Amino acid sequence: MADDTSTMDRKARYRKVAYYPGCALEGTGHAYNTSTKAVGKALGLVLDEVPNWNCCGAMEVKNVDPKVQTYLSSRVMAIAAHDMKAEVVMAPCNGCYHNLKKAEHDLAHDAGSRAVVDGIARKAGHPAYQAGEVETIHVLDWLKHGIGEAGLKSRVKRSLEGLKVANYYGCMYTRPRHIFPEKDQGPGSESTAKPHFMDDLLEAAGATNVEFPLKTACCGGAHTLSDSDISTKLVLNILRAAEAAGADVIATECPTCHSGLEMHQVRAEKVLGEKTGVKILYFTQLLGIALGISPRKLGVHENVSDGVAALEARGIV
Amino acid sequence: MTGLAEIDAAVEAFRPHVDPAAAAVHLLGLAEAVLERWVEARGGVPTAETREGFRLLALHRQGAQDVPSFNACRETCREIAYHYNLLCLEPSAAQDLQRQRMLALLVRHLALFVSGKLETERLGEFCCASRPLRA
Repeated sequence: MADDTSTMDRKARYRKVAYYPGCALEGTGHAYNTSTKAVGKALGLVLDEVPNWNCCGAMEVKNVDPKVQTYLSSRVMAIAAHDMKAEVVMAPCNGCYHNLKKAEHDLAHDAGSRAVVDGIARKAGHPAYQAGEVETIHVLDWLKHGIGEAGLKSRVKRSLEGLKVANYYGCMYTRPRHIFPEKDQGPGSESTAKPHFMDDLLEAAGATNVEFPLKTACCGGAHTLSDSDISTKLVLNILRAAEAAGADVIATECPTCHSGLEMHQVRAEKVLGEKTGVKILYFTQLLGIALGISPRKLGVHENVSDGVAALEARGIV
Repeated sequence: MTGLAEIDAAVEAFRPHVDPAAAAVHLLGLAEAVLERWVEARGGVPTAETREGFRLLALHRQGAQDVPSFNACRETCREIAYHYNLLCLEPSAAQDLQRQRMLALLVRHLALFVSGKLETERLGEFCCASRPLRA
């Protein structure tokens, strides 16, 4: 009974969340932004965008001064908690999600981080964020717990039946484990070793998930500019593994991974002469299609690979 | 087997065997050799210990000491161990060719990941669990 109550509480809490799209979703990940909003609307969930949000600190600021990165992420949470009175912040980008979770962890466990954040917030003229004031979640948590497989299944208008999907989560969704205390908590929680929320949601939409052992492997995203060849080879290996597993498409849930897979798929053909045919789509685009939303409204035309062709081949669109 | 390039070439040249256990032993040996190169490049002596029955996992643990971003290949190592177990302990005529192919792709991923880290050593610090440049 207690479990049922907490599940219902969470479902109610996730119905309306503070939405932190982050920089990537306004650029290369635009289609992820579009499809996330479209899916939320179709499911009756509400996204209230954090006003005047800033960069989470990404990788660049973190490497120069990690405590400034903690402040930048904490400012987003402060606006959500203090100005929006929100209980939950949802970030679809793995980098943003990771950094907000890391800031939450550092502020709860490190007095040095708290002092820096307090100091910068004072200079900036706003109350500092305090650990625990909001809950940060990923779009996968939002859909898995806010709607669930049964809720999704009941709303499917165009089943993804016949579509074979390799679910690719990337490396930042589950690492490092200590900043995700809610994961690995038994049935119903996400696994850091073998994440499955995306698998669960797409299966509910009718897709067949293939066994894909590189689902959390490095895509070389951090090397893209400085050592492109390694990134291309790492991506090519992921694409080959997905094809070897029998996948028609790779489903993604991170704008950096998605861009990397698409760009290096093209580069692998140009530079290494290695052509792969697997298509890459955001999982929100696939869910949107299952919910009856047109591919165009989900930004599928913005993708580099021709995802519509894979869907047409299976008679889905 | 000396360098990562040779190991990578050996993985690339791998073709599924009729004996799945022999293939598994061969590919696991290549994966261990990859991590040995990583440990040696950082001035260490590769461990002979095992973890959960696998030297590969002990080598990964040794290689990740003070390098949190090296954990980005943790699950790849665990998947290598898992596929090794499938091929050696649960042979299946219907699935062994596919499992061997997948194991080879996993070992190749590990080799590429470590090659990238060794090629531009400091780039590793730009990964997910990075250390600050000024630390």
